[in-house]
Amino acid sequence: MPSDATLAQLSNILVYASMTAFTVAMIAFAVSLAAGRGKVAEVVAEPALVGGGQAPAPLQMPAPLLASGRRSGNVGMSLYWLATTFLALGIAARGLSAHRLPWGNMYEFSCAAAFAVSLVFLVISLRRDVRWLGIFVVLPVLLTLGLAVTVLYSTSGPLVPELHSYWLGIHVTAAILSGGSFCVSGVVTILYLAIERIDRRVAAGLTPGRLGFLVPKVPTADRLDTLGYRIIAFMFPLWTFAVIAGAIWAESAWGRYWGWDPKETWAFITWVIYAGYLHARATIGWRGRRAAYISLLGFAAFIFNYYGVNLFVTGLHSFAGVG
Amino acid sequence: MSDPGADLSTAPATPVVPIGFRGWLRWMWRALTSMRVALVLLFLLALASIPGSLFPQRGSKPTEVNAYLAAHPKLGPLLDRIGFFNVFGSAWFAAIYLLLFISLAGCVIPRTRLHLRALRARPPIAPAHPARLPGGIAWVSSLPLAELGPQVLVAAADTLRAKRWRTDHVELNSEVAPKASGFVSAEKGYARETGNLLFHVALLVLLVGIGIGSAFGWKGQVIVKEGGGFANTVTQYDTFTAGRLVNQSNLPPFTVHLDAFDITYQAGGPQNGEPLYFAAHVTSSSAPGASATSAAITANHPLGIGTARVYLIGHGYAPHVVVHDRQGKVVFDDLVVFLPQDGNFTSQGVAKIPDMTPQLGLQGIFLPTAVVDPVRGPISVFPAAQDPALFLSAWRGDLGLNSGVPQSVYRLDMTHLSRISIKALRPGDTWTLPDGSGTVTFAGVAQYATLSVADDPGKGIALASALTAVVGLMLSLSVRRRRLWVRVSNSGSGGTLIEVAGLTRADSTDISAELASLVEGLRGVAPETKE
Repeated sequence: MPSDATLAQLSNILVYASMTAFTVAMIAFAVSLAAGRGKVAEVVAEPALVGGGQAPAPLQMPAPLLASGRRSGNVGMSLYWLATTFLALGIAARGLSAHRLPWGNMYEFSCAAAFAVSLVFLVISLRRDVRWLGIFVVLPVLLTLGLAVTVLYSTSGPLVPELHSYWLGIHVTAAILSGGSFCVSGVVTILYLAIERIDRRVAAGLTPGRLGFLVPKVPTADRLDTLGYRIIAFMFPLWTFAVIAGAIWAESAWGRYWGWDPKETWAFITWVIYAGYLHARATIGWRGRRAAYISLLGFAAFIFNYYGVNLFVTGLHSFAGVG
Repeated sequence: MSDPGADLSTAPATPVVPIGFRGWLRWMWRALTSMRVALVLLFLLALASIPGSLFPQRGSKPTEVNAYLAAHPKLGPLLDRIGFFNVFGSAWFAAIYLLLFISLAGCVIPRTRLHLRALRARPPIAPAHPARLPGGIAWVSSLPLAELGPQVLVAAADTLRAKRWRTDHVELNSEVAPKASGFVSAEKGYARETGNLLFHVALLVLLVGIGIGSAFGWKGQVIVKEGGGFANTVTQYDTFTAGRLVNQSNLPPFTVHLDAFDITYQAGGPQNGEPLYFAAHVTSSSAPGASATSAAITANHPLGIGTARVYLIGHGYAPHVVVHDRQGKVVFDDLVVFLPQDGNFTSQGVAKIPDMTPQLGLQGIFLPTAVVDPVRGPISVFPAAQDPALFLSAWRGDLGLNSGVPQSVYRLDMTHLSRISIKALRPGDTWTLPDGSGTVTFAGVAQYATLSVADDPGKGIALASALTAVVGLMLSLSVRRRRLWVRVSNSGSGGTLIEVAGLTRADSTDISAELASLVEGLRGVAPETKE
């Protein structure tokens, strides 16, 4: 059995290895996306294959059109699996070195969040072809990990007694998984806004613009919108549960289930904005672009709750372990 | 509210022209219960919460509010007047959520009625030509309609019922060919609207739970020194807040005694001085004279007494100070609570000794592990009492206790006091005051625990409704309401035309798989004939 210090060191090496693999995956995805750039004009709109009484299969994403793009997309996916495995092992080694769940400070939350984003992406990739999404997901993952190892790093060690609770496993896991899903959904939503804008330009007789090369590579605006919605619809109950689990824990730790601590307040704000998003999608006049902005606002609130509240606002949730 | 149910909306398609007062009322009610207004209220609620997270709040950080007011003499009172230091108790915050909940109720009640009606209604009749719907499927089987038709319909109805579709089976009508036809219509996914309504009703109940908690709940905070205790009466608490409907003179009469406070710290390493474990070992009884039970209160593990719970929320040191006067008479002998100022428990406190002439005030810094830093002066370098020291300054004069102005027990009112001397004491040291008026002994040090005692009778309702809301959410966001139709009719060539189609209400959901599986089964009953 290796010593705790060795395990902690191994964990760091694995996290760096995963960052390397994510970076190479990013390059592969970028190559895949760039392949065929400049040939947009030649791409003819797919003929409508809807006849014959067959319903269009919803959300079946288009494969990258060109063989070169497909190959590098596959390389990207393989590397993505490898990177995520490294990250999972790194997180596990960290937990073993400290003899506890490895989410007790911001460095560890960030590693877990990067893993959650990757996990959500990979789970979706098992059901649909989402190679086109790879590069857009790997960017926030690398950014999160980069911040984790540079700004937020803290050495492996025991938890403060307040975190000695099985609710740490339940509440924090649910929150991190929700955050990972919100992130993937946010990425899809930004892409939706880009494609929707190109569609409008084309409809108005303008050129597609600088991002026009994306159009044949990614799904239609409608499908992006639906995918972004599905992820949130699937994960919003989990986020609700994360907040409730936090309230149950708060009741046993601090003697009240809700006290408008800054972290609680921003969890509430995030919840309300996403609830607004779900309602907006069902309201005429709010669908589409407006709903997309609301979804991004929800993600912004989530991110502020993580970085902003942890680092700049003092409250009962001060477990950042930074500085 | 979270359903794309334009067809279920209770709002009129065209705006009602308000006529008179009742018209206005009706218009306001319609507007309030519309989704658009609900959306705006939701965003207002989010927006209104923000100042509550950025400004200190009276309820949780009263001292920081005062500090803010002192630091911002112009802006502070203005913010105070509009409730920025008590956002979640302010009238405008309440106005937003009350309007939102009224809007919610106004939406949920009619929809519940509609939903109950839909649950009893038969699935809608099949369209004349289901195959013309998007995704519709049709084929012809050579057997005549009169023979094959009923078989297909029975098979379809049985299959769908087995899969828990609500079905309506209309036999072949008696009309002669070519118009003779029969159908099965089926609908599934009512749980979507059930879940949706459940979620929103649960939110209303949650508000009730919160309301019960704030009306009937109470909460007190008390500092208990080792060897000391408290009884659950308002006067024994340092701070006490209670709901409007709490009978404060009739709290459950339990008592809690702190036998010992136990804590261990991480020694060495980057997390040097972080607590590893702490526990308040207490003895409690549900009423004076009732049998006593021992328990340990730790982080995350409160002690339950009846419906109330006792939480450990803080701890610190209480040096034992004994003061003798000139005659050798004991005029003060107590554990003095010192408030921690940093992570290493550099602590501050005061002792007031009025029974001397002139009166004596002691102001002190307690250091559990004392080091005198050349720059920062005396500070503690570790939170455990490894090398404790007490730095005291003695003040003589009038403590101001009789002025009628309430005083903090943690601060001396220096107005009528003058300092006579300072001294560093180790446990057991006795300091003879330089004016010969008496002696001060640092007899030792004990620990204290800050306990919070709370009873919230609404929290069970709040929890149950919150969990119900999650279940409702999961149903309303995962179940899809969908309809299927199977129609049989004359093919025109002596055979039977079978048409199958489905529709979903939720946007871009897919029932092609369910359709395909039904068609596969029906093709077994009515094989397709290639013409």
